[in-house]
Amino acid sequence: MGLTNAYCLMTKNLKKMASKTININLKIWRQKNANSKGSMETYKLDNVSTDSSFLEMLDQLNEQLINERQEPIAFDHDCREGICGMCSLFINGEAHGPDRAVTTCQLHMRKFKDGETIFVEPFRAKAFPVIKDLVVDRSSFDRIQQAGGFVSVNTSGRTMDANAIPIPKHDADKAFEAAACIGCGACVASCVNASAMLFVAAKVSQYALLPQGKVEARDRVLNMVRTMDEEGFGNCTNTGACAVECPKEISLENIARMNREYLKGMLSAE
Amino acid sequence: MSKSVLLKSSIAKKYWMALTGLFLCLFLVGHLLGNLQLFIAGEEGRRAFNEYAYFMQHNPFIKVMSYVTYLSILFHAIDGIMLAVQNKKARPVQYAMNNAASNSSSVARKMAVLGTIILLFIVTHMVNFWAKMHFGGLKLHKYELVTPGQMGEQKQMVYYTHTPSVNPIPDVPQIEVKNELDLYIAKSNLKVAEGYKDLHSNVVAFFSGKETNGVEGNKLALVAVILYTLSMAVLSFHLMHGFSSAFQSLGIRHKRYTPSIELIGKIFAIVVPALFAIIPIYLFVK
Ligand code: HEM
Ligand code: SF4
Ligand code: FES
Repeated sequence: MGLTNAYCLMTKNLKKMASKTININLKIWRQKNANSKGSMETYKLDNVSTDSSFLEMLDQLNEQLINERQEPIAFDHDCREGICGMCSLFINGEAHGPDRAVTTCQLHMRKFKDGETIFVEPFRAKAFPVIKDLVVDRSSFDRIQQAGGFVSVNTSGRTMDANAIPIPKHDADKAFEAAACIGCGACVASCVNASAMLFVAAKVSQYALLPQGKVEARDRVLNMVRTMDEEGFGNCTNTGACAVECPKEISLENIARMNREYLKGMLSAE
Repeated sequence: MSKSVLLKSSIAKKYWMALTGLFLCLFLVGHLLGNLQLFIAGEEGRRAFNEYAYFMQHNPFIKVMSYVTYLSILFHAIDGIMLAVQNKKARPVQYAMNNAASNSSSVARKMAVLGTIILLFIVTHMVNFWAKMHFGGLKLHKYELVTPGQMGEQKQMVYYTHTPSVNPIPDVPQIEVKNELDLYIAKSNLKVAEGYKDLHSNVVAFFSGKETNGVEGNKLALVAVILYTLSMAVLSFHLMHGFSSAFQSLGIRHKRYTPSIELIGKIFAIVVPALFAIIPIYLFVK
């Protein structure tokens, strides 16, 4: 087989791979605005490339809707590479869909079968009210973060070089893993209790493990948990659903750490 | 530390659930060890069990522990139901399609339902046995004493007392029972001995359905045995998740120890309820 022949075969195969398409049925939550009552609506979408991401499939559906002079479906997204935490969606009964350790923007249509009916719903929680269609208001997470998810440092000149503070590798790794949380809210969406423990635990751990975070550790955990409760999230019953569905694989270890931090804070606070 | 943090915060509530839950696990072990005496056959087993029941009601340390147990059950149940109500409110609109089985066990998601069934069981269980022990309704422990004599064997019903070596106290009109347990010379203030409540015969009659030492058998014994066994199955599921979950709630988690805690929890959740359930089944088929 000559080189050109091999090349021809390769491109042919690539084309064949790329050209695989499926036809799907969609049941999607439509809701005009925060105050209106929504409902599940059925759509049919043909010729969806299995190489497209879930969000690209929704783009394709929206184009079809616009051509039909219907209102396109509102959904959240930004980076489309799994780092911003904007995309959400409860797909076929799971946050970010059936795949593990990916966000909805990284979910591929090859995970679905030809002719399949796919349910698409917004993340459901009292603390995540629907704004429109599939878009929910996750600013409750921002308020939890503002209650303590920071370290106070002097920024007026004479700042200390962070690398001058020795940190055990083990702690640095754990802190880094916790810091991988993108605040998407899949943990809340998956939890039967709509609890935000995994998110808050990741934020608390990320600082609790590092010397810079220790200074404000006590107030941080107390204030973040208080805000979490005030925002109307449920209570953790250790079902572990959050860690399974989390696109960043945040471990339940962080929740145990927050439980320890909270006990320390509760007992030592005045 | 403010009171609201200690009682109202979601995490503090979990500490209380875990502490009371683990204390109740200890209580289960103690209760089970007592119940297992029901396997001892004959009069010997009856004495062992009734002495044990007396001890449980009168020992000061056990008394304190029993109050801690009542409080734990109350606190665990009230706190658990309050948490469940809050959790329901945290998701007012349900999903049209929820594949929860893909990420968590149904037992873990149904702790409050399982707990409520256990609470119903505890209430009926206490009405059946605990209330009788504490508020009367039990006969005293009597047994047949056979004494060989010149005119052949003599049979007599006598009370089983704390001082069995002293003269046996016969069940005759000259002996009067006061304060439920005390044996007096009739129409006098002379106490001769202290008897035992016959909880043993009551339990055996309840689950065997047969008349036992003058206690009428329970016509619905089969139903009682089935309901008891089902309740133990529910307890098993509750502990299957609850035991190890309590350690997580208390922040006790470590790569090295957590797998062992989970294994012990599973074994505990199977063995303890199973042993509880075997007793009424044994009494029924015996
Ligand atoms: C002998 C009886 C019982 C034992 C040994 C027991 C034990 C436990 C344990 C060890 C836990 C785990 C705690 C944690 O995750 O931190 C638990 C959780 C729970 N129990 Fe019980 N329990 C008993 C009875 C009850 C009753 C009567 C109720 C009444 C409603 C109940 C409701 C609950 C609920 C709702 C939870 C989940 C709470 C949570 O995880 O936040 N339990 N139980
Ligand atoms: S813990 Fe995981 S699921 Fe929860 S917000 Fe962070 S990244 Fe999303
Ligand atoms: S769009 Fe940024 S993570 Fe999905």
